[in-house]
Amino acid sequence: MSAADLIAILPMLVLTIAAVVATVLAAFRTSHAFNAALAVSAFVLALLSLVPASKAAPRAVTALISVDAHSLLFTGLLLGAAIAVTLLSHGYNEGREGGLAEFYIVLLIATLGAVVLAASAHFAAFFLGLEILGVSLYVLIAYFLGERANEASVKYLILAGIASSFLVFGMALVYAELGTMEFSEMAGRAGESGAGPLLFAGLAMITVAAGFKLAAAPFHMWAPDVYEGAPAPVGAFLAAVSKGAVAALLLRFFFQTGSLALEPLFIVFGAIAVASMFAGNILALFQTSVKRTLAYSSIAHVGYLLIAFLAGGRAGMVAAGYYLAAYFISIIGAFGAVTLLSGKDREIDLLDDYRGLAWRRPWLAGAFTAMLLSLAGMPLTAGFLGKFFVASAGVGEALWLLVIALAVNSAIAIYYYLRIIIALFSPAYGEAPGPLPRLPIAGTVALGALTLLLVFLGVYPGPLLALLEEAASAFL
Amino acid sequence: MILAWAVLIPFFGGVAAWASTRLGGAFPRCIALLALALDFALLLSVLGRGDSGGQWLAETRLEWMPGVGAGIHLAADGLSLALALLTAFLGMAAIAASWTGIRERTGFFHLCLMSVIAGVMGAFLALDLLLFYVFWELMLVPMFLMIAVWGHGGRYRAALKFFIFTQAGSLLMLVSILGLYFVHGTETGKYSFDYMELLGTPMGRAAEFWLMLGFLAAFAVKLPAVPFHTWLPEAHAEAPAGGSVLLAGLLLKTGAYGMIRFLFPLFPNAAEAIAPAVYVLAVIGIIYGAVLALGQTDLKRLIAYTSVSHMGFVLLGIFAWEGLALNGALVLMVCHGASTGALFIIAGAIEERAHTREMARMGGFWSSAPKMGGAALFFALASMGLPGLGNFLGEFLVLLGVFGVNPLLAASAALGLVASVIYSLWMVQKVFHGPALQGPGISDIGVREAATLASMAALVLWLGLYPAHFLDRMGIKESIGATAIGIDSKAATGTGADGPEAVRITEHRPDMEGAAELGGIKGK
Repeated sequence: MSAADLIAILPMLVLTIAAVVATVLAAFRTSHAFNAALAVSAFVLALLSLVPASKAAPRAVTALISVDAHSLLFTGLLLGAAIAVTLLSHGYNEGREGGLAEFYIVLLIATLGAVVLAASAHFAAFFLGLEILGVSLYVLIAYFLGERANEASVKYLILAGIASSFLVFGMALVYAELGTMEFSEMAGRAGESGAGPLLFAGLAMITVAAGFKLAAAPFHMWAPDVYEGAPAPVGAFLAAVSKGAVAALLLRFFFQTGSLALEPLFIVFGAIAVASMFAGNILALFQTSVKRTLAYSSIAHVGYLLIAFLAGGRAGMVAAGYYLAAYFISIIGAFGAVTLLSGKDREIDLLDDYRGLAWRRPWLAGAFTAMLLSLAGMPLTAGFLGKFFVASAGVGEALWLLVIALAVNSAIAIYYYLRIIIALFSPAYGEAPGPLPRLPIAGTVALGALTLLLVFLGVYPGPLLALLEEAASAFL
Repeated sequence: MILAWAVLIPFFGGVAAWASTRLGGAFPRCIALLALALDFALLLSVLGRGDSGGQWLAETRLEWMPGVGAGIHLAADGLSLALALLTAFLGMAAIAASWTGIRERTGFFHLCLMSVIAGVMGAFLALDLLLFYVFWELMLVPMFLMIAVWGHGGRYRAALKFFIFTQAGSLLMLVSILGLYFVHGTETGKYSFDYMELLGTPMGRAAEFWLMLGFLAAFAVKLPAVPFHTWLPEAHAEAPAGGSVLLAGLLLKTGAYGMIRFLFPLFPNAAEAIAPAVYVLAVIGIIYGAVLALGQTDLKRLIAYTSVSHMGFVLLGIFAWEGLALNGALVLMVCHGASTGALFIIAGAIEERAHTREMARMGGFWSSAPKMGGAALFFALASMGLPGLGNFLGEFLVLLGVFGVNPLLAASAALGLVASVIYSLWMVQKVFHGPALQGPGISDIGVREAATLASMAALVLWLGLYPAHFLDRMGIKESIGATAIGIDSKAATGTGADGPEAVRITEHRPDMEGAAELGGIKGK
């Protein structure tokens, strides 16, 4: 390890050290605000350390980690998402039972796993990152004990364990066929030997594991229960950071190995994309819980995202990146609105709980509406441009079936997003509400910033596109 | 920049109106009204420039996404300007119509209303396909909220239906826009969403046809053409009066405008190939809308179905793609906006006073509200095509143009006129004549409503009696866009399945003077 190597992986080091420091400090009696502030500052510091790291890039740090424009960009996105989740968590956790310091420590470690995933260039790093992230999530999901949370956590634990075993087996099969675990070497080796049955079996098993982590159909069964049972900010983390990190890794894996050019795999992924879109959107129509609706919506969004994967090439890379950024903002913002409203006593989750919110809390309802419209892909929001770039990549590669599926599904999805918006804007019913509780400051700031960012990315994509173009050049 | 302001003023006016809610009272209404008046004056000044020699009276180009090939490109010719002026005008009418009807959340209401206006205005001026799409979608959300928040009983269902229908069409258009972008890019090596670039893109027959269908889906839903019209009666019936004015007067027109500006110039052969099918749908729409209007018991639904019938005429006029018929369609669009908008204002006024939309519970209002009755009669006559009023001129020109293309079509479309006489007079008779069902009757219209209706009547009269000026300045000339596309009228009478081998480039110089005289003579 040279000094340059260390500088290149500075974001990971910062998170690791912060987790250790926070663990030591947790032994003393620290206030909740201090713990949250520590986590936020660690994330901000890691974000800032991307600047020196980018000076050292592109650089392969051992065979496991590749620090390049792609990993730096996604590290930045994941850290930004982690900051938003932490800020939202603070107000949500305030006054709850149990030690709160560990929540932020686990959040730091989970984010570390996500960042490792975004920079993995090797099966070992892939697995390590996934497990660091996964194990932290078991803890986070069940953090505030309750019947729902325990059920969700156990469900996630068992299924994630199965997925991990699939992943390891798949990796072993690929290794048996190709004799390498480095993504960058796989394409060449496969080209020499031709794709054998072991390779296909291995890739299929990796696909199953990735499909589980992304909550793509037909591996999505756990998602609604887990999102509903987990605390709202953890739901945001699951939907954004956990999914995003795996997506960032898969982008590198598939684009670098070119395995999506293999006909069977392409068909399988196409089927997963279409199934995710339809399953997510159609099942979302029947939900009365906002968190479950968002869970199904996030399943559908994976389907849209996979179109960019299948389109491939620079356009596909850029579209996938933009889509992920837009999806991050919208889904964290939507879960954030739920988070801000939920006090320490109960989760505000049923559609009826949102009635008339627009008249009592106009700004919060406005932000929530913007997030929902972005998820629905309406113009002037980041979600529209994300969907536009994805559709553009799909049309460019003449993937008509997928693009039409996207159009049809967007029309279906409108219904359940609008249903929430209608609830927000309907006249409040029941008794006149008393004085409203104050909204937590940190979370409100986070939601406001996300909303501004949402509109900015929806109107002026230039800067992010430039970054994404650069990231796509990392290995295309 | 003047056109960018034309779009931004309504939006900022809406924000200002919303912000002024705290000041209470009529502040939001006045601010919104002033903003639109300013916008109207601005657009008039563009019109006043006269011919700049070029094709566009005004043009604005700004950078937006150079990497993708999308820019902010706004331009106005006579057609755009006529509809943009109508937008500002009907926007003011909608505000006036909601003056007393909307008592709750007035600030937010005007924000929504002005956002719809901004979206429609942008759609009429945008010349970049991506920007056009953005504006096209932009009007949906505020319109949806207007129906969902200030509408009546079944408002949620109506608002959802409106949104999902139009959105489904729009998404297909988006796919088509992207398809066209790539076809053009691969053919010419230049990837751009700019209308002027995309005109005359060389493409295969099949590709052109499929891409055209995507656009047609969006425009046919918005227009609405039968069988995609089912969202309209519901949305109209449940929307507040101001919302109905915007819907009937403006949103439907964006569909027609899209066909004239985008569908035909971009896909001339495919549009012509599908024309026979569209003719049939248009004629069905004319007759079906009129017949269904006869069967309505709800006043607003009745007016909504008449819209379906009138827009069938517009569709017919556009697809005839012939100078007279096109200009007829334009005149009809403007007059339909004014007359149907006015009828919705009257329906809203009645609802505000009598608290019902059911015609069975109305009757004899003439004695208590003669001014309202007179206005209703005037607009009902306009709607049924009384010579001397603009709607007649529009319908007449459409029929004249279509007759040259296919006499049978013109004859069947004329049946719609017969039905329109029945439903218009029946409506007036049912609501204003007969025995008074509501004891004391209803209060008559006040100065505000009278002024609104009078200005709308003036527009209809002006276009009916002296259309030459309008058609000179804003009529559709031989060229729409950059290319003159004349459609071989013989092809339309055939099956049209294969379409003509080549598009005949002709110049249509419709004899406007003749048309104007005609309107004048009939008016006397």
